[in-house]
Amino acid sequence: MQDIEISDLRRITELIKETYNYDFTNYAMSSFKRRILRILELYKFGSVDLLIKRLKEDRAFFEEFLAELTVNVTEMFRDPSFWRELRDQIIPNILLNHNTISIWHAGCSSGEEVFSMAILLKEMGILDRSKIIATDIDKVILQRARSGVYALKNMELNEKNYIRYQGTSSLSNYFKEENGKAVMDKSLVEHVSFREHDLVQGMVFNKFDLILCRNVMIYFNQTLQNTVLKKLHESLFKYGYLIIGSKESLIWCEISNKFIVVNNEEKIYKKIKD
Amino acid sequence: MSRYKFNTQYKAVVIGGSAGSFQGITRILQALPSDFDLPIIMALHRLKHVRNGFEEALSIKSVKPVTEPFDKEQIKRGKVYLAPANYHMSVELGNTFALSTEEMVNNSRPSIDITLETAAYVYSTKLVGILLSGANKDGAWGMKKIKDRGGLTIVQEPSECMIDTMPTSALKITPIDHILKIDQIIEFLNELHKHTKQ
Repeated sequence: MQDIEISDLRRITELIKETYNYDFTNYAMSSFKRRILRILELYKFGSVDLLIKRLKEDRAFFEEFLAELTVNVTEMFRDPSFWRELRDQIIPNILLNHNTISIWHAGCSSGEEVFSMAILLKEMGILDRSKIIATDIDKVILQRARSGVYALKNMELNEKNYIRYQGTSSLSNYFKEENGKAVMDKSLVEHVSFREHDLVQGMVFNKFDLILCRNVMIYFNQTLQNTVLKKLHESLFKYGYLIIGSKESLIWCEISNKFIVVNNEEKIYKKIKD
Repeated sequence: MSRYKFNTQYKAVVIGGSAGSFQGITRILQALPSDFDLPIIMALHRLKHVRNGFEEALSIKSVKPVTEPFDKEQIKRGKVYLAPANYHMSVELGNTFALSTEEMVNNSRPSIDITLETAAYVYSTKLVGILLSGANKDGAWGMKKIKDRGGLTIVQEPSECMIDTMPTSALKITPIDHILKIDQIIEFLNELHKHTKQ
């Protein structure tokens, strides 16, 4: 495998910014570099120059590039103990004060987390009282999320997670096997709004009771984490909840004092100040 | 004079291990000088979906507590770090950790190659890489990267390994500086400690 220089990465981010108005300048360097190397290999570009040339000339290729650049590895019910906490503590708490619940999956990728949420809400009997918006920067992956079609081999792990989550049913009740694929029950997400949205450059567009942004900000550097956290903060109602990945932390963010830690193990935060 | 090739002031030690490495790691952590000053950064294969327990198990006998860093946590001297379950752990410019949930590498997450390669990039000649027992080739490429960038490389003596695929894969693709048994690795780290203190 070839190696690439930071200056090469800069050339790529500048071109993307100028041509397509996406800003990857403040993505975490180590993973961004690996993503670019992966794309160079996948498309057999002999050099960064050839990749840049293609990006300049081929708008359709940029969509594919974007899909490969962003990390889309996810599971249903990843960290089962988190989902239990959500069901047993957090959501009942939100429902103490109002009848409905609004949820934003920020960076929903291929939708596994959205389906997990819908299953959780359905089993709690409150799916019809929930308003879910799921967003991602990448159109291609959003389409996959909408379709709810997954590789059958992934369902084994998803099922294991679901069992550890201690759901009231069986995961197999929520999908059918078709042509070697797992096809999720579409009624679960019929009221979910899947939308294209870029956390980096996008505007604050609504307010929510609950935001899930797990293992998304790890791909940003600290500067960008600060910027995005401000937007997430602004998108929460006062006393709304923000959930990040199990090994992420808000401690070193500028506005961390506007949140309190509700559950440190599961990284559940509550907004206490506007 | 030390028999080891200390040609610089080192900044970090990275250790990779998989099947059969737990006992060796435990012995190494148990025998560390209490004021060992370099950060020790460990990427060990572990159960992907068991988040808790490993850090604690390694800490029991260790001279220093073992911690799983958070994303963007500063790497500090004298600390022992362990890659958390189901995350890759990179060393980032600016001496911080960066975690990621990218695709598995060599069927592994955390992948030893990723930790070793990114550490090699950041520390170049000032890095010591140690690869222990293991059943796949993860870590071999990372050791090559450390060597290519002028760092010091050590593998556990294959005959002592429960499964020697990992060290022998590294030996196949890059000239390794020292092939040592666990006892000798402990001795090496003590020498390194003296060298660092000078």
